[in-house]
Amino acid sequence: MKDTSKPKVAVWKFASCDGCQLSLLDCEDELLAVAGAIEIANFPEASRRIVKGPYEVSLVEGSITTPHDAERIHGIRRQSKFLVTIGACATAGGIQALRNFANVKDFIPMVYAHPEYIHTLGKSTPIADHIPVDFELRGCPINKYHLVELVNALLNGRKPNIPTDSVCMECKRRGITCVMVSAGMTCLGPVTQAGCNALCPSYNRGCFGCFGPKETPNPDSLADWWEKEMHLSKPEIVRAFRGFNAYAEPFRKASERHEK
Amino acid sequence: MKNRTIKVDYLARVEGEGGLYVKVKDNKVADVKLNIFEPPRFYEAFLRGRHFTEVPDITARICGICPVAYQTSSVRAMETACGATVDGQLRALRRLLYCGEYIESHVLHIYMLHAPDFLGCEDVLDIAKVHPDLVKKALRLKKIGNDIMVLLGGREIHPINVRVGGFYKVPTKNELQTLVEPLTWALDFALATVKFTATLNFPDFEQDYEYVSLRHPDEYPLFDGRFVSNKGIDCAIDEYPQYFEEQHVAHSTSLHSVVKARGAYHVGPLARYSLNFDKLPEVARKAAKKAGLKETCFNPFKSIIVRAVETVFACNEALRIISEYKMPERPFVDVTPQAAVGHGASEAPRGTLYHRYRIGADGLIQEARIVPPTSQNQKIIESDLAAYVGKHLKLSEEKLTWQCEQVVRNYDPCISCSCHFLKLHIDRQ
Repeated sequence: MKDTSKPKVAVWKFASCDGCQLSLLDCEDELLAVAGAIEIANFPEASRRIVKGPYEVSLVEGSITTPHDAERIHGIRRQSKFLVTIGACATAGGIQALRNFANVKDFIPMVYAHPEYIHTLGKSTPIADHIPVDFELRGCPINKYHLVELVNALLNGRKPNIPTDSVCMECKRRGITCVMVSAGMTCLGPVTQAGCNALCPSYNRGCFGCFGPKETPNPDSLADWWEKEMHLSKPEIVRAFRGFNAYAEPFRKASERHEK
Repeated sequence: MKNRTIKVDYLARVEGEGGLYVKVKDNKVADVKLNIFEPPRFYEAFLRGRHFTEVPDITARICGICPVAYQTSSVRAMETACGATVDGQLRALRRLLYCGEYIESHVLHIYMLHAPDFLGCEDVLDIAKVHPDLVKKALRLKKIGNDIMVLLGGREIHPINVRVGGFYKVPTKNELQTLVEPLTWALDFALATVKFTATLNFPDFEQDYEYVSLRHPDEYPLFDGRFVSNKGIDCAIDEYPQYFEEQHVAHSTSLHSVVKARGAYHVGPLARYSLNFDKLPEVARKAAKKAGLKETCFNPFKSIIVRAVETVFACNEALRIISEYKMPERPFVDVTPQAAVGHGASEAPRGTLYHRYRIGADGLIQEARIVPPTSQNQKIIESDLAAYVGKHLKLSEEKLTWQCEQVVRNYDPCISCSCHFLKLHIDRQ
């Protein structure tokens, strides 16, 4: 049934694991309420129904890795009033951006027998490298409550209330003992954006950077600490910054500095 | 109509990007392609040079729907390579986490992705308009699966608490106890789900599959055990490369997994069920029989009933593990790297997932191979499509197209997982 009075929301997928759009279906308590407030106009993972644009909100998951996708994203931008990227792939290039530090031509034969048939770009890039993006929702995966808050805010014409401070601050607020100071664990918490509620430290492990660099991070200072006080080797430091947000500029520069 | 083409450019209600193409010439199926255009992400390439302890976090990202399967196969491969044993309560907790994924993934597929086909609905929201109570309960059941993953894994998508050797932190008995009441309800509703799925209409469509699954002497298989098939395979997990291979098809870059001796095979709930019926708990066996299933099932459309039976198993198994739980003293066992090759396999909700790694004494990965369930099922999906279309040429274009989609959705394919496969469509005039 088509309902023309409700704002149309579309979900689009590029190179990704589907986890961020699955977050929407994982909102078990909110799903029917959300679906009551919007028209889900394009969400192939959940529905055969495709309603033509333009769309009030487009949620874009995944990174750009093929020539075809680099074209496709422009069409989606043209049809969308608000275009929001969801997750580390869309906002930073994702784990598949590890190819950006190598030569993708060396990668292809490690997986495929016929490299000549593979159409792929040399780099995996975030959506914002290709088109203007209205809002970026961080995380690998995103926090599903951020998604509900974001859709709510956009449809009600207000600014989404999404934290931009660090995982460190979340740890302090939860009263968790610092895993780096007390247990000598490598932790990206000081330079990583909040959003998970300090999940890893609460499970006795260091943060590994799912939400990407926080505003004005100082990864070099953190890396110096790891090197001098915790005696991490250079390759260990490089690997720590090369996770799901490896290609986000502050993490990229920090890893490249230690690769030399 | 003697010649026709059925084409679905973008398959809905599957995970990832794929299409299908069927060509009929002179009333015979001339060509079938499950077209996967999910962009490649090169996991096996960038895993090289990473530390062996990083695999559960990195490989989880292959799939947002079954991250626990990737984490489990990868940590089992590393533990095998390094000669570490993870048993007792730590092993039981791994099974518990896996049960959470079964409930979440199976209920997602049963109600949100598969049931709409049987009920003639575009999606679950259409079902909710007619059966709001059923959908609300389905969402509650799915959430209980996710609650297990949140408690034990830290979060439902890409859990953070899985490590080579065990966990970072293990729950207390009291923490797990909070799941008992919801799981007791879940078991009841899972049984109701078996009943509900048994009322759906199923096409008369049985195929002579070679089923492949893990089999374990003491339990319904989630991980460990041996690979078995109904056509004679019985091999250890590390013998996988001797019996199976990834083959090149002449006109495509797709790597199809085949049994070396015979060809296409089938993994997933139907295979697991048909090869391990005797290992299901009594409550699940009874529910299956009541739903009209025999001890084996060769109708792929009935996979929806089998998923419901496996959901009963998962709820029951979770309750059993919790009732027998004693908090282990340490959350993990130490694992020291050594130069070796390790094989790991587990039963993802949608089928067997095999990992193999070669690591050095420095703990760095030198080579990785990951064979996801959807790549193993690709050939079988195509042969199902050919057989189904061949039998139903009289259906209208629209109906046949929808039913072809359903044939694919029977397998709950996870295309993001299998995206190191890329199949090019070449028109043969």
